[in-house]
Amino acid sequence: MTVETTETKPLSIGDIRTSIESRTRNATAIAKDCFHQIEARDAQIHAYLSTNRERALNQAARIDDLAAKGEALPILAGVPVGIKDVLTIEGLPATAGSKILQGYCAPYTGTAVKKLEEAGAIVLGKLNCDEFAMGSSNENSAYGPVHNPHALDRVPGGSSGGSAAAVAAGMAVATLGTDTGGSIRQPASFCGVVGILPTYGRVSRYGLIAFASSLDRIGPFTANVRDAATVLGVIAGHDPMDATSSPLPVPDYTADLDKGVAGLKLGVPSEYFAEGLDPEVRAAIGNSIEKLRAAGATIKPISLPHTRYAIPTYYIIATAEASANLARFDGVRYGYRAKDSDTLSAMYRRSRDGGFGAEVKRRIMLGTYALSAGYYDAYYKKAQQVRRLLTEDFLKAFTEVDAILTPTAPTAAFKLGEKVDDPVSMYLADIYTVTASLAGICGLSVPSGKSQEGLPIGLQILGKHFDEAMILRVAQTVEALQS
Amino acid sequence: MSDSATVSVDDVRRVAELANLELTAEEETRMLRDLNAILGHVSQLNELDTSAVAPMAQVSEVIGDGPQSVLRPDQTRLSLDRSRVMSCAPETDGTFFKVPKVIER
Repeated sequence: MTVETTETKPLSIGDIRTSIESRTRNATAIAKDCFHQIEARDAQIHAYLSTNRERALNQAARIDDLAAKGEALPILAGVPVGIKDVLTIEGLPATAGSKILQGYCAPYTGTAVKKLEEAGAIVLGKLNCDEFAMGSSNENSAYGPVHNPHALDRVPGGSSGGSAAAVAAGMAVATLGTDTGGSIRQPASFCGVVGILPTYGRVSRYGLIAFASSLDRIGPFTANVRDAATVLGVIAGHDPMDATSSPLPVPDYTADLDKGVAGLKLGVPSEYFAEGLDPEVRAAIGNSIEKLRAAGATIKPISLPHTRYAIPTYYIIATAEASANLARFDGVRYGYRAKDSDTLSAMYRRSRDGGFGAEVKRRIMLGTYALSAGYYDAYYKKAQQVRRLLTEDFLKAFTEVDAILTPTAPTAAFKLGEKVDDPVSMYLADIYTVTASLAGICGLSVPSGKSQEGLPIGLQILGKHFDEAMILRVAQTVEALQS
Repeated sequence: MSDSATVSVDDVRRVAELANLELTAEEETRMLRDLNAILGHVSQLNELDTSAVAPMAQVSEVIGDGPQSVLRPDQTRLSLDRSRVMSCAPETDGTFFKVPKVIER
């Protein structure tokens, strides 16, 4: 593989705080460094769809004012962040990677972004992604694919490919992505960064352009586990604007990070190590599991027997919900409208046909078919029933283990173009991630070695509902044992 | 699904109409191929007897100590400013969204 620039240790949230507090480097200089890095590398990587330099430097100047006055700095003071372009920020574009939202500027800021900004983060820009977050390679973006910073001929994963690549290439210290079937964890694995799928309901989705509402979640990408825990603590919590957000209190996710794994029971499900798993990935994950055992964890073989039904279940439920959510894009209230239509219905059809890309149309069609008269019980209801069986597999496993260890993806990053013509093969890239999406449990991907070609490999750690502290603690141990 | 349903071109056209999509002939052909491939994969679900399993629509159904009630008082609150919302639309008169003629004859 080719690393395109010399690797320097990425800045952490802690480093930024220390430099601003000690006046060695201010927020403005740190933000400018990130914009330099974007100018230097993003022509090749294409992680950003838009940047907002003036707005970012104004935010940084406010942090520098606070520091100059000796006032207390908020927790993310001066931390440069990027936001997946499915999340809204008032006055800034939100394309969702789609032509149908080209030129659209959002009239309000979503809750997760608002919380980041209130905590002092500096928003550099909006990040590339698969159209409406539908994809596993970022090749479905209407604005062109993202290239993996570790090897430019490889995909970064998807759908939050820009969010993962930006952190991997030092073009942001933290980013937000979204995960409906693996869209945070799989690109984190492909790009060698940390990505968290919080428990369903842990982070408000207000301001997220919806794909599949019973599955969609927002979570952070960072270069290390501690930073991921810090950002999650900022964005988590109840929000009156999202009735599905949980009222459970948000713990300090950094509190237990260094407790180690001695005495913990970690489950390894046989179904995630079956046919189709790349030998190098198998070896890298096996290596991390052995290190955790050596560090005092009890490794327990477990079974999640319905795993093989997860992909078909997911693709029925996700597309059914998407077909309803995407009905709102009709050329009336926002976005693209086909010109010169004589009637309203022609305008709807022509705007949607011109605005949506091939994968989005495919999923709208599949979802509409699954919900249509005569097929609802056979497809949608059946998938919801299997969803319960898949969830019960996890609930049962978690009566015996504290967390579950699996590969995040069956392979390292594949080549651009390799799977674009075969939707079923592309969907199978999500085989290890869709299960946690359906069950609503939390999960993350943490770097766990590299392939011989130097491509990153991710270990997925899954935890009980609202037990993010546990998976972060295990991840911190994995990270410490890597170096 | 039990008859391992194959989708026909007529099905594709009917579903496209339901979804308000206008597919080209080329898109119809691709969609026919892709939907059949995906539904072929989905037919694996028939291996499972789910007659005694309740459908699961939401994660909150299975979280024991999760949110029990999400009801809130029905109170009026300010919504977004009209001019900001209207400024996102392709065509408005400032108060209403404008669309082509609705009644076809």
